[in-house]
Amino acid sequence: MAELDTSGGGKKGGGKVRTKKQSTRVDLTAMVDLAFLLITFFILTTTLQKPKAMALVMPDKDQKTNQQLPVAASRTLTLLLGSNHKFEWYIGETGKTPPTVEPNYNKKSLLDMLFEKSKEIQASTGKSMFVIIKPSDKSKYVDLVTVMDDLNIMGNDQRGIVDITAVELELLKRDGLN
Amino acid sequence: MSRAKVSRKSTAIDMTAMCDVAFLLLTFFILSAKPKVADPVKAEVPAASVQLEAIPETDFAIITVGEGKAFFQIEGDDVRKGTIEAMGETYGAKFTPEQIKTFQHVDNFGVPLNVLPSFLDLPSAQQSNYKQPGIPFDTTENNELAKWVLQARKANAALHNVEIKIAIRADAQTDYPLVNTIIKSLGKQKLDKFSLITSTKVAPKLK
Repeated sequence: MAELDTSGGGKKGGGKVRTKKQSTRVDLTAMVDLAFLLITFFILTTTLQKPKAMALVMPDKDQKTNQQLPVAASRTLTLLLGSNHKFEWYIGETGKTPPTVEPNYNKKSLLDMLFEKSKEIQASTGKSMFVIIKPSDKSKYVDLVTVMDDLNIMGNDQRGIVDITAVELELLKRDGLN
Repeated sequence: MSRAKVSRKSTAIDMTAMCDVAFLLLTFFILSAKPKVADPVKAEVPAASVQLEAIPETDFAIITVGEGKAFFQIEGDDVRKGTIEAMGETYGAKFTPEQIKTFQHVDNFGVPLNVLPSFLDLPSAQQSNYKQPGIPFDTTENNELAKWVLQARKANAALHNVEIKIAIRADAQTDYPLVNTIIKSLGKQKLDKFSLITSTKVAPKLK
């Protein structure tokens, strides 16, 4: 195949016809071609799939080991996750501060709001923001992950996922988010 | 005096070594590849830009939630064996050695325990076509899914001496109460740390 004839012509003239000794070497070029073709095929068709994970730590339900430190209401931001990927938020205690409705929920507005508020809280109280996430029954799993991801982007690890209360459900209902 | 002749060299190269290398690589890639496990249910995980942990290969179990059904997957043949034996004892179900052997090769399953023996008796071709109803779960700590997790934790701790990591792989559009129910019922066995499996996306810039 890929071999040039270098024998330099045949012998001229008579003489005995001898049986030519066959070489035992096999041309492996085609086999190498095939092997590399297969390697290329397998490498190109393989998808490297390494899914990653996000850590979720739930608060310990055991009431006996009550070692929780109180968190000032002034640096607590509560996020209420409602239906249709919309949310409300307020700073401070439930019912005392009217919640702000975010009608145009998208990833950017949530992140900007959280970032802005965390700077404000840091400036006014000198401490970092504590976020309480309260998903309602109408919210989807993706909402929770989005909020957690935004907090991870900000590097805020002070957060808790807590059950929503009846008062807050009323707030969501009033604003048509539940 | 005759002219010195330049001997003509053969252009043929010895391909043996190259052939060896090529097939060695081919063998390596084929053997190191892990086939993708077909999921019994469609679960499109939500995307997140910050991934804090990689998924381990061992000492790991995944709860898949999709279409409102729960599935369970344990890594490691020995842990699977330990778990199903313990489950059999807990619920007084008898599993034959063949059924246990089949279970060791089942990746992701979602059948109630009373259907499990007949599911394992099916030929493997029919198993993948079988419409799995999901593992029953509720808010109490004695539901089947919680028991599976508990026995997997026990079996893993006994066999590998490490705490098993529990991950949740839920479809993005799953209703939150469904996920919450599972998390709450596992919280009753003092399991508070989970890994949420996410896909990757680019992080938005902060202002």
